[in-house]
Amino acid sequence: MNVDLNKLVAEAHAKNDYDALLSLTPYARLIGIECLRLGDDMVFRLPANRDNIGNPMLPALHGGVIAGFMEHAAMLHLLMFMGIPHLPKIIDFSIDYLRAGHYRDTYAQCQVWRQGRRVANVAITAWQTNQTEPIATARAHFKVDEP
Amino acid sequence: MSDNAIAERAQRFLVALRHCQVLGLSVHHADAGGLTLRLPYSAQIVGNPESGVIHGGAITTLMDTTCGISTVCVLPDFEVCPTLDLRIDYMHPAEPHKDVYGFAECYRVTPNVIFTRGYAYQDDPAQPIAHVVGTFMRMGKPGAQLSGKGGAQ
Repeated sequence: MNVDLNKLVAEAHAKNDYDALLSLTPYARLIGIECLRLGDDMVFRLPANRDNIGNPMLPALHGGVIAGFMEHAAMLHLLMFMGIPHLPKIIDFSIDYLRAGHYRDTYAQCQVWRQGRRVANVAITAWQTNQTEPIATARAHFKVDEP
Repeated sequence: MSDNAIAERAQRFLVALRHCQVLGLSVHHADAGGLTLRLPYSAQIVGNPESGVIHGGAITTLMDTTCGISTVCVLPDFEVCPTLDLRIDYMHPAEPHKDVYGFAECYRVTPNVIFTRGYAYQDDPAQPIAHVVGTFMRMGKPGAQLSGKGGAQ
C-alpha cells in the first residue's frame, strides 16, 4: 500500500473531514479515535467504548488505551500541522496518570515543544469532564526525518 | 506462594481486564521472579498500514498490563495497584506478523509504591523491542479502598 499522506492531510483540512486519515490506521479504528478541528487547533476524542475498559471495578479505561490514544494523537498532530509527509516513528513515550480514566469520553490535545530536523518533542494532555483536571499527561519523542 | 499459584493469580487478573481480552493477551510464564505476557500479532493492532508494524499503543498496553500484574509475583495478597507512571523506550520497531512478549519484574516494593521494570521482545529476550519502567501505587486489598487512578488495575 502506498498512500500520499500529504494529499490526504490537505484534503482532510480542506473538507474538514478527517475520517480518511483516521481510518488509515487499524489501531486507531480499534480503539475508536476521532478528531475535531477548533480553528487552528485540533482536539482528539476517544468515545466511551466498553472494549477499552481495563479496570472492571470502577469501571475505568485501560491505562494502555489512554496512552495509545495520546501517542496516536501526537502522531496525527505532527502529520496535520508540522508538514511531515509520513508517519512519525516513536522513540520514547512517558505518561503520568493523574486521575482515574472513567468509562466516558476522553479528549486529548497536543503541544509541539520542539521540532528539529530529525526529532520532534510533543506534550500531550488528556482529560474527560474538565480540561483543567487532566486524567493524564504524557510526552513523547518522534523521529520525523525519514519514512 | 508457589509458581503455579502465581501463574493462576496472574491469569485470573488478566481475564478480568476487557481490553486485554480484545487484544488477546495471555500469560506466557509467571514465577516469583516476574511475569511474561504474550500479545499475538493481529491486523487490528497495526499502527503503520504500509509496513504492518504494530502500533506503540498496543505495546504500551502490553507493558502496562505486564508491569501491573507482575505485582502478584511479590505481594502476598491481591491488591489493587493503579499505574502512577510508565515510560517506554523503543530500541527498534517490532517485526510484523510476529507475536510480542512482555516481561516485567518488581524491583522494589515499599508500603505505598511498587517499582517495576521490564522489556518487550519477539524472538530473543536479549534483543528487546522496548525497555519499560513503571511505578504503581498500592491501594491495599479490594474493598479497603477503591478509589484509583488510571492504569491496568
